[in-house]
Amino acid sequence: MSIRAYLRSLSSKFFRGSQTAADMDNELQSHIQLRADDLERSGLTRAEAERRARIEFGGRDRYREECNQQLGGNFLETTLHDIRYGARVLRKSPGFTFVAIATLALAIGANALVFGVLNALILRPLNVPQADSLYGIEHGINGYESYPNYLDLRDRNRTFEQLAAFTIDEVGLDTGKDPMRAWTYEVTGNYFDALGIQPYLGRVIHASDEHGTDSAPCIVLSHAFWHSHFHDDPSVVGRTVQLNRHPFTIVGVTPPEFQGTLLFFTPDMFVPIVDHRLLSGEGDLDVRRKDSVFEILGHLKPGVTTAQAVSDLTSIGAFLLATYPKDVPNIPFKVVRPALYGNFIGAGVLAFVSGLTVLAALILLASCANLGSLFAARAADRAREVALRLALGSSRTRILRQLMTEAMLISIAGGSVGLLASIALLRQLSVWQPFPRFPLRIPVSPDSKVYFVALLLALVSGILFGIVPVRQVFRINPYEVVKAGSTRVVGRRLTARDILLVVQIAICAVLVTSSMVAVRGLVRSLHSSFGFQPDHALIVDVPLGMAGYTSDSIPTTQRRLIDLIETISGVESVAITDLPPLNMDGHMSDVFNDATTDLRPANSAATSYVFNVSPKYFEAAGTTLQSGRGFTWHDDQDAPRVAVVNRRLANRLFGSGTNPVDKVFKLRDGTRAQVVGVVEDGKYLNLTEDQKPALFLPLLQSPAGATWMILRSNRDPQQMADAIRNKLHEMDEGLPVSIVTWNKQLEGVLFPMRMATLSLGILGVMGAMLSITGIFGMAAYSVSKRLRELGIRVALGARREEVLRAALGRAVRLLAIGSVAGLVLGILATRVLASIVYQASPRDPLVLAGAIVAMALLGLIATWFPALRALHVEPMLLLREE
Amino acid sequence: MNDQAQLLPGTLDLLILRAVSLGPLHGYGILLRIGQISGNALLIEQGALYPGLFRLVRQGLLKASWGTSENNRRAKFYELTAAGRKRLQQETDNWNRLANAIGAALTAQPEEV
Repeated sequence: MSIRAYLRSLSSKFFRGSQTAADMDNELQSHIQLRADDLERSGLTRAEAERRARIEFGGRDRYREECNQQLGGNFLETTLHDIRYGARVLRKSPGFTFVAIATLALAIGANALVFGVLNALILRPLNVPQADSLYGIEHGINGYESYPNYLDLRDRNRTFEQLAAFTIDEVGLDTGKDPMRAWTYEVTGNYFDALGIQPYLGRVIHASDEHGTDSAPCIVLSHAFWHSHFHDDPSVVGRTVQLNRHPFTIVGVTPPEFQGTLLFFTPDMFVPIVDHRLLSGEGDLDVRRKDSVFEILGHLKPGVTTAQAVSDLTSIGAFLLATYPKDVPNIPFKVVRPALYGNFIGAGVLAFVSGLTVLAALILLASCANLGSLFAARAADRAREVALRLALGSSRTRILRQLMTEAMLISIAGGSVGLLASIALLRQLSVWQPFPRFPLRIPVSPDSKVYFVALLLALVSGILFGIVPVRQVFRINPYEVVKAGSTRVVGRRLTARDILLVVQIAICAVLVTSSMVAVRGLVRSLHSSFGFQPDHALIVDVPLGMAGYTSDSIPTTQRRLIDLIETISGVESVAITDLPPLNMDGHMSDVFNDATTDLRPANSAATSYVFNVSPKYFEAAGTTLQSGRGFTWHDDQDAPRVAVVNRRLANRLFGSGTNPVDKVFKLRDGTRAQVVGVVEDGKYLNLTEDQKPALFLPLLQSPAGATWMILRSNRDPQQMADAIRNKLHEMDEGLPVSIVTWNKQLEGVLFPMRMATLSLGILGVMGAMLSITGIFGMAAYSVSKRLRELGIRVALGARREEVLRAALGRAVRLLAIGSVAGLVLGILATRVLASIVYQASPRDPLVLAGAIVAMALLGLIATWFPALRALHVEPMLLLREE
Repeated sequence: MNDQAQLLPGTLDLLILRAVSLGPLHGYGILLRIGQISGNALLIEQGALYPGLFRLVRQGLLKASWGTSENNRRAKFYELTAAGRKRLQQETDNWNRLANAIGAALTAQPEEV
């Protein structure tokens, strides 16, 4: 071809586009006129002649389009045409379009979500300057380090710019009204300077503030806390507030982007670690054996490798070990990324997120495979159309481009829907606080990287499933197809696609079974006996320690608290315990038979939960007293030691046949205690635990600082909470109490089970979606491939069920194989679930029936439309057409 | 109609070049000419001609200009360029070789094998 001519045609098209189009129209019109002239001469009327001429000419629009294409240089135009045509075709088959978009939206959404998490937790560094060179030091079994060891590391190392450290504590904050709790980082003086954090307002803490124990009562607020609790008031700098009843001065506010050096845990404020005694009541910061520091971190000096840092730290460790052999553990040093608290959380998070990534990738792959077979089915349906177009001179590339455009339309639509959904979910996740008491957050707000990856994945998967029918199109022989219709028979052999489908169905069945087991367990656990009655009960956490009370004043204060609350109208009973059951914490202790004299753990009769409770505890908690009595205020230091045991502990100590009341046993310290009552068994640490022994001791005989009031009342919880708060402020207006219903408090212990149920449910829905598209694609494909055969069968008198069997037998067989495999695996998998879910039992007939019904329903949905199509085969129409 | 043969792919261009080589023609004229020189034995849908014409123009084998037809209608006339004439010669030779070979193959007698 002559380049000049090409360029000329290109330029004329480009610069005189509309003129070219008009020119083309004129030419085609002139052709029709000339033909009409001829026809008119042969004796037709002018109108009839023009009509005939137009018919003989054929599809004018199509030829115009093809001419356009021949002119070249119309990439954009062709693409627009393709898009318009593709959208029209897709609109014509809404079922296919919906299934395809939904599948892809799901897959892309899942991937964007997982990538968002991966991006936020692992790829994105901490929001501090030069986060690349920031490392944490890991030493000791749980990452903690002692403060004196930190000081030695800080002063003796030669590989870090500066080593800073912090620990986490909860304090009571009193600003004059509304005392509350706040989470702090207790930081070393060089913390902000080591990280390079400049104040947003006022100043930050510096090393020069530290002059020994309790020397620097100052506070740096986090921006978020300043915003929410001080309403962005700049005059707070310089104000004095009370922390745990000690005056502290607010000196500054950190910038909004700095949220501490742990991704999960954003503090409300920063206070100097030298004030540790004031803030925590523990005066042992300087004890080398006591691990008071949560994490040590700092920037490596330029050019220093992590290996050099480790060897530097190891030599300091050797020195410490030699100098303080009794107090320093011989554990190797590691340097780690500080954001996820090194390997303790980081390794778990990494494993979890990697697992999720693999899962999401598999979902995407399976979706692509399913969409590929859907597209193959469509391509087979359109074999005639494609063959005609080929016969009329259309190029295969042009046709493939059209099919590809359709795939791209689907992938972009699905990708956008998926991305939008995942953005919404990520935003939700970012503000979600699974445990109201702790400032635990999952900071995963999406950024441009997430958008980019999602769209990229959408396009790549569009290409992947768009490519599946390519071979098919290239194989089409237009003459054969137009003459005889598509005749390729569906193969009988097992293809890779079949196996993939069976695997998908099996996984789906596993997920469906497991999520049903989980839901059943959740429902059952909500209705099981806890050994107490959480309904109509409030839990009041009274942190007496934070309000400056000491062990001397706490017992009398507790008594006063109860007397005070009892005066509120509507209170049926109120009691104090040092720990409510099912509160994610448990104190355990060995108990011994009275006859045991050698009180070694090996000789214990039982290891029991211990609760120190006030009189009327069993009444307030709703725990049934089976025999004997509860405690009274007379069970004090001067009275004989008494105890209440649960049925389990009674059986362990005294055997099941005897009446345990008035019997005596020994506590861990050798004190003899007399059983005065027996209560029902219950749940103490979590819902899935085996039945455990429990021991209740009177608060006056074994005093405890932690003070949880349990209050039973039929009044509206909100009103009641206000009344309690008012009453407590009468007694002490600096008490930062928290009041929740007991059911709300139990959400913490239900959390793992809820999460397991939720994630299994989500995965189950995803699996079901994938299986549906997979079966749908395969059934649709086999029906359209065999439409002619089915037509002949119908013409020869086949009955409906025979037609169905011929059309869908294969799909249904695959479904059955996959489901059975999945159910068996699901039953095995529930053993694993039993550790999270209460009484997870696969032999639950309801679960089995539910899973079978679910799989059958899924099959029905997936094969419904192909089956309708097979049944509505019109043999005459079909045979005539082909 | 049943006597007419399907066009082999790629042969339309050759026919157009041949038709135009006998003198400038408009599109409809080309169709008539092809019918005339092939004894009406070939089936061509009328509109299908035009993408072919545009292709040949783009390849520089034909050039087009507007003129007036014998019955006074405006029409676009096509004529061969030098490149077109050369191409026609090549394609004709190719076709003849192919036709001879196929013809020989189809008429071969058992004793010649």
